[in-house]
Amino acid sequence: MTGTALLEVENLHTSFAVRRSGRTRRVAAVDGVSLSLADGEVLGLVGESGCGKTTVGRSIMHLARPQSGRVMFRGVDLLAARGMRERDLRLNIRMVFQDPYASLNPRRTIGDSVAEAGDINRAFKDSADRRHRVEATLASVGLDPSLAARFPHELSGGQRQRVGIARAILPTPSIIIADEPVSALDVSVQAQVVNLLMELREKLGLSMIFISHDLGVIGHVSDRIAVMYMGRIVESGETEAILARPAHPYTKALLAAVPQPDASLRIAGAMPASEPPSQFAALDGCAYAPRCPLASERCRIETPQLRLWGQTQRLLACHNV
Amino acid sequence: MLSVSNLTVSIGPQARPVDIVSDVSFSIAPGEILGLVGESGCGKSMTSLAVMGLLPHPGPRIRSGRVEIDGADVTGLEPWQRVEAGRARMAMIFQEPMTSLNPVRRIGDQIAEAVRVYERLHAAATRERARELLELVRIPDADLQLSAYPHQLSGGMRQRVMIAMALASRPQLLIADEPTTALDVTVQYQILGLLRELSARLSMATLFITHDMGVVAQLADRVAVMYAGCIVETASASALFRHPAHPYTRALMDCMPVRGIRGQSLRTIPGQAPQPGTILVGCAFAPRCPNAREICRTTAPPRLDVGISHEALCVFPVTGEAAA
Repeated sequence: MTGTALLEVENLHTSFAVRRSGRTRRVAAVDGVSLSLADGEVLGLVGESGCGKTTVGRSIMHLARPQSGRVMFRGVDLLAARGMRERDLRLNIRMVFQDPYASLNPRRTIGDSVAEAGDINRAFKDSADRRHRVEATLASVGLDPSLAARFPHELSGGQRQRVGIARAILPTPSIIIADEPVSALDVSVQAQVVNLLMELREKLGLSMIFISHDLGVIGHVSDRIAVMYMGRIVESGETEAILARPAHPYTKALLAAVPQPDASLRIAGAMPASEPPSQFAALDGCAYAPRCPLASERCRIETPQLRLWGQTQRLLACHNV
Repeated sequence: MLSVSNLTVSIGPQARPVDIVSDVSFSIAPGEILGLVGESGCGKSMTSLAVMGLLPHPGPRIRSGRVEIDGADVTGLEPWQRVEAGRARMAMIFQEPMTSLNPVRRIGDQIAEAVRVYERLHAAATRERARELLELVRIPDADLQLSAYPHQLSGGMRQRVMIAMALASRPQLLIADEPTTALDVTVQYQILGLLRELSARLSMATLFITHDMGVVAQLADRVAVMYAGCIVETASASALFRHPAHPYTRALMDCMPVRGIRGQSLRTIPGQAPQPGTILVGCAFAPRCPNAREICRTTAPPRLDVGISHEALCVFPVTGEAAA
C-alpha cells in the first residue's frame, strides 16, 4: 500500500482538554490511528458516535490539532507545513459536512459561499471568470446555476448539501473528506446525493474518506472500510470481505444491528443493555472487552494492536479471533 | 384498542383550510405494533400529535374524523381532560430524550411525578413503583439510577427513562415518534427489542413512527406508509416488504443501498413531494410516479384491496415481488 498512497495518516493522536468536576482531564478522541488512501479510492470510516471518526477527519483537515502523528499528502507532511505553503497544500483536501443547514452562512448568497475558497486564494481572473466558475460548479452538482443569487433558506436540504459539495470541489481538490454527508437527509434525497458523490468521484478522479455511522451507505460507496471504536481502528479491509465475513466482535455486533428492510429478520425481544463506556473511564486493555462475548482475562490487561489477519489485506485488533 | 377514522388535520384559516393530514384511518390491536413510515413532512408526526391530543395551539386542528381508544371517543380532548375522564391510558415518547427530561431533577423524582398523576401512593410506595418501572425497561442498578441526573446517563439510558415515565400511566397505547433516530445502531437495536418485549408483555398497542424502512421491517407487525398527508399503503410487514403495491412504497425501498451491490448508482425518486397547500387534482404521487397515466392526474385514486388486509391508494398498483 505504501508508495502508491495519496494520503497516509500515521499514528495520529488527538485529545481534547475537558473540565469536569473542577478538574481538567484529557480525552483521547483519536488514539493512535493509521490509515492510507490510494489514488481514486474511497475509504469508509464507520463507527458509532464518540468513536473519533469525525475527529480523524478534522485532524487531517487541521480543524483539530493532533498532539502527535503525521498526515502525509503525496509525501509531504501536512501537519508540519505552515503559512502560504500550508494553504496551498490544503486546497487539495476539502471537506463536506453533515448538516447542510449549519454549514452554510445564512447571510451569504449560494454563489458567494461556493466561490469562497477561490476568493481566498485569488483563484479567479476577474468577476466574469468567478461567475463562470461558480455556475459551472453548480451545474456539475446538478443545481440550476441561477441558484447562485439565492440564499440558503430558499433551498431544500438536498439542494443545500449539493451546495456543500460544490464548495468543496470548486478548487479541484484530489481528496474529499465527507463527514456524514447524507445523514441529515431523507432516504430518497440521500440516494441522489450518494449518486452525485460517486459520479463526481468518477468524473473528477476524486479520492474520498467517507465518514458515516451508516453501514448501508458505507458499504455502498467504499472500496475499503475501517471500523473505529473508542478512538482506535479495530478492523479494516476490503468492503466485500468485511461485510461478508466480519472478524472483530464489534464489527459483527454493528453489522447485526443495522436494520434491514426484510420482515423475516424480526427483532425478538429484550436483550441486556450494553453501551460504550464513558470516554473518561480509564480502561486497561481492549475498550470493547466490557461488551464483548469473546473477552478473556488477557483482553482486560493488554490492548490488542492492529495486525494482519487472513490472506486479504485485513487488519484486525483482537486477541481472540 | 386504538381506532382512528377519517382523521383530517388542517392549518390556516377556517375558510381556506390546508390539510396536512387527510382522511387517515387505521387501528391497532392490543399487543400489536403498527409502523407509520414516511419521509419528513409527510404528516406522520402530526397524525400522532392529533391522536395524543397534543397539537400545538394555535396551529393545526382536527377538522374531521374520530379518535377512539378502547371504544371511548377522545377526539380533540386535551391531555388533562383525558386524565380527568379516566381515558388517559396512552403515552408518548419522542426522538430526543434529553429535551423531554428536566436536567436539574433526579430521574427518580421525575418518574415519581409521572406516577403521581395516575396513582395516589405513599412516598415510599411511589419510589418503589419508580424503581419497578426502571427495572421494567431493564436499566441495570435501578436503585442507584433513581438518584442520577439526566446528564449522567447515555442517550440510550435516557430513552429508557422516557419509556419508564410513559409506562407510569399503565398505557394501553404507546406512541413512539422516532424514538431511536438519535441513537447509535447497537443501542437502537436494544431499544427496539425492549419495545417489542413491552408491547407483548403489557398487551400494549404501539404506534411506531419512523422514516427508516429497515426499522419498520424488523419491528412492526403491520405498516402504514404515508405520503403527502395520506396513508398510501397498509399491510402486514411481511406482505409489504415482499409485495409492495404502491409505487411510492416500492420507490422508497429501491432507494436503500442493498448490501453486496456496490458501484451501481442507487435508484432515486425524481422530483419532490408536494408542498402542503398545493391544490392537488388526482394522486399526490402522480408527478413522480413511473406508472402514472392520465387518469392518475385527474381523479383521486381509490383505496384498492391488493391482498389480505393489504390496501393501496392507487389505480395501478405494482404487482410482483420486491426487487431486493
